[in-house]
Amino acid sequence: MMTLDPVLLSRLQFFWVIAWHILLPAFTVGLASFIAVLEGLHFVTRREVYLRLSGFWTRIFAISFGMGVVSGIVMPFQLGTNWSRFSAATADVTSPLLAYEGLMAFFLEAAFLGVLLFGRKLVPAWAHLIAAVMVGVGTLFSSFWILSTNSWMQTPAGYRLENGRFEPVNWIDIIFNPSFPYRLFHTVTGFYVTTAFVVVGVAAYYLRRGRFIEEARTMFSMTLWLLTVLVPLQIFLGDAHGLNTREYQPAKLAAIEARWETGSRVPLTLFAIPDQEAQTNHYAIEVPVLGSLILTHDPNGTVRGLKEFPKEDLPPVIIPFFSFRVMVGLGFIMLAVVALSWLLRAQHRLFAARWYLALCQHVAPIGFLAVIAGWITTEVGRQPWTVYGLLRTSDSVTPSLTGTDVLISLLGYILVYLIMYPTGVLMMARIVARGPASAADGAEPIESGRPQLPVRALPRTSDKEASA
Amino acid sequence: MSALTLDFVPLWTIICGIAVFLYVLLDGFDLGVGILHGFAKGREARNLVMNSIAPIWDGNETWLILGALGLLAGFPLAFAIIIPAVYFPILVMLLALVFRGTAFEFRYRDAEHRTFWDHAFCYGSAVATFAQGVVLGSFIQGFKTDGQHFTGGSFDCFTPFSIFTGIALLFGYGLLGAGWLILKVEGELQDWARRLGKICFLCVGAAVFAVSIWTPLADPGIAARWFNWPNPLFLAPVPIVSAAIAWWEWKALSGRAELAPFAAAILLFAMSYLGVGISLFPMVVPHALTLWQAASSPSTQAFLAVGTLFLLPIILMYTGWSYWVFRGKVRADIGYH
Repeated sequence: MMTLDPVLLSRLQFFWVIAWHILLPAFTVGLASFIAVLEGLHFVTRREVYLRLSGFWTRIFAISFGMGVVSGIVMPFQLGTNWSRFSAATADVTSPLLAYEGLMAFFLEAAFLGVLLFGRKLVPAWAHLIAAVMVGVGTLFSSFWILSTNSWMQTPAGYRLENGRFEPVNWIDIIFNPSFPYRLFHTVTGFYVTTAFVVVGVAAYYLRRGRFIEEARTMFSMTLWLLTVLVPLQIFLGDAHGLNTREYQPAKLAAIEARWETGSRVPLTLFAIPDQEAQTNHYAIEVPVLGSLILTHDPNGTVRGLKEFPKEDLPPVIIPFFSFRVMVGLGFIMLAVVALSWLLRAQHRLFAARWYLALCQHVAPIGFLAVIAGWITTEVGRQPWTVYGLLRTSDSVTPSLTGTDVLISLLGYILVYLIMYPTGVLMMARIVARGPASAADGAEPIESGRPQLPVRALPRTSDKEASA
Repeated sequence: MSALTLDFVPLWTIICGIAVFLYVLLDGFDLGVGILHGFAKGREARNLVMNSIAPIWDGNETWLILGALGLLAGFPLAFAIIIPAVYFPILVMLLALVFRGTAFEFRYRDAEHRTFWDHAFCYGSAVATFAQGVVLGSFIQGFKTDGQHFTGGSFDCFTPFSIFTGIALLFGYGLLGAGWLILKVEGELQDWARRLGKICFLCVGAAVFAVSIWTPLADPGIAARWFNWPNPLFLAPVPIVSAAIAWWEWKALSGRAELAPFAAAILLFAMSYLGVGISLFPMVVPHALTLWQAASSPSTQAFLAVGTLFLLPIILMYTGWSYWVFRGKVRADIGYH
């Protein structure tokens, strides 16, 4: 019975298509900014190494951006095919935010990406730099609108309810809803950290093999400095986001902490097996008072427990409880990697400590895991609502769907994505194996997943015609 | 507040109309090229065919997102009824588009599997096209609805009529694709495109003719729209102009004209689009909801119109310019390797 529930299957399907999709912006948002910084550094210092690095990462950017667009086409249709009641009820409020994302992404793609990918020899250096910066800004605009939409679902504001539909009252309140600033900064920082660990991992891979030493050292060092700032900042932002969640989504926070009873001086539960039925935890390992201290910044602070809320309004506690611990655990591993870099720098052994290079290479995907874990925490924690406290997930699904319908579509998405993603990753891995030197010689095409822009039609680039 | 009292529905009808038509036209020809690609003989011919759309195909696809989001934003109730009603055609279309896009990329990088990805590209294009034709056919027929939700089953959309329009669209996109290829290639390959173009033209012409007879017979409302006096007086130019364009298309395919086959194919699509529009206006969900009934709130339409009216013309200009700089014949020696 459970297996053919259209609501559950639709949720699984949404999870599947968006989890794969989110990996790409998680990477490209940071990478676009990184490329813009490299271009800027080259513009100012004229050092060739920045140019080679920029060319190298631009090739990888092009593939991941293309995969992002292809997997992104699927997303707006999900709202119609599987969540039509959500669409009908919320479109007056959320659809302009989504449409602005589409328009701006399209605009950015049309106007600047082509110049970045193919225009280095065709436009002045400053124009190429501006194109790089605008692509970076454009990805941030996309994040802005999507996260605004998502935040509105978490902490709706600026609306009134009319005949079961959400009607806009104040667009500023809608866009800048209570959780949006926290979610935006926490997510974008997470994206930057994700990209940075990939860059560090690739650099470590080269350093271990003694290839492309100059490029590898440059990106290894500069990215670890960046992480020195971003990882502690991210922990701070996560904490601020948590305080925001306590205020606006107390049931979600209680689920994250698996806290059943309201109380002050509550302990921090490090590990437990939450029991939704019995409303208690098994095998709990707790640290006294620390829960109140972290969640309220006051040892005597009161934390609301899950029992305060009706049972049918609770998320499945075990999922956000563990996904949150995975995210935080990964965050502290990141912090450890960064802290080790300070020690090694102090000993002037940053590039020499082979065990550290191996460590960096193997933690390259850590950001992706943290992003997925964080995203599961916030989305499952929102359950059983699509619009928090107002519209239930079970009332959001398309009424005409049967479980079989959704099972068929889910299997289709699984099959196609399992072909597409590994092949895409393989392509990027091949670029990494070839290395940054080849990116600079100009003979090899940018491997793009994007429309080849006008500049490519000009004779100078005819030899680059190859990509797309 | 005065802006909120304006009726934005006509504006959003035009915006959505443009977005959907541009999608049909732009992705239509490159899907058509993808279908024809399956009939091309020899690696060099296949590469030329591919390269003719390499620079633009995925930009074309972006209009699909704008079309879908435009419908959601402008007419959410229509979106919430139509999209679930065509659940499987949409699914098949999306999977085919993803697969096709992936095939396009990988075809050039994975030399060992060239044949596999070649096939994937052709079949992906054909399947996506057929699915869109089914969407079109079932849309014209209308859906079971209570005015708020789709109340039918997910397989209802597969009817003889929608299967027919699905097959017809294969030839329609094939005609657009052939027109594009005639414009972009030369010599033997161009002759080959003309031959396929003629076949597609005959089939799609017959199909459009059949649909034009079929729909008024099946739907009294559509019959009344076209045949109740004095409507024929105003609407007579539509079939007459269409026939003239069809004649021009045949001449162009038979002669040496290079731009005319593509131009005439575009006009034929425009006339068919107009014909569907005349048949259904002002319904956005046939038999169920008018554009005004399905519209989002004035505040929503106004808020989005501000940015759209600013960004859309820039996107259109840039798209036009990018096609302009890519004008001319595609060459075999430059291209993917």
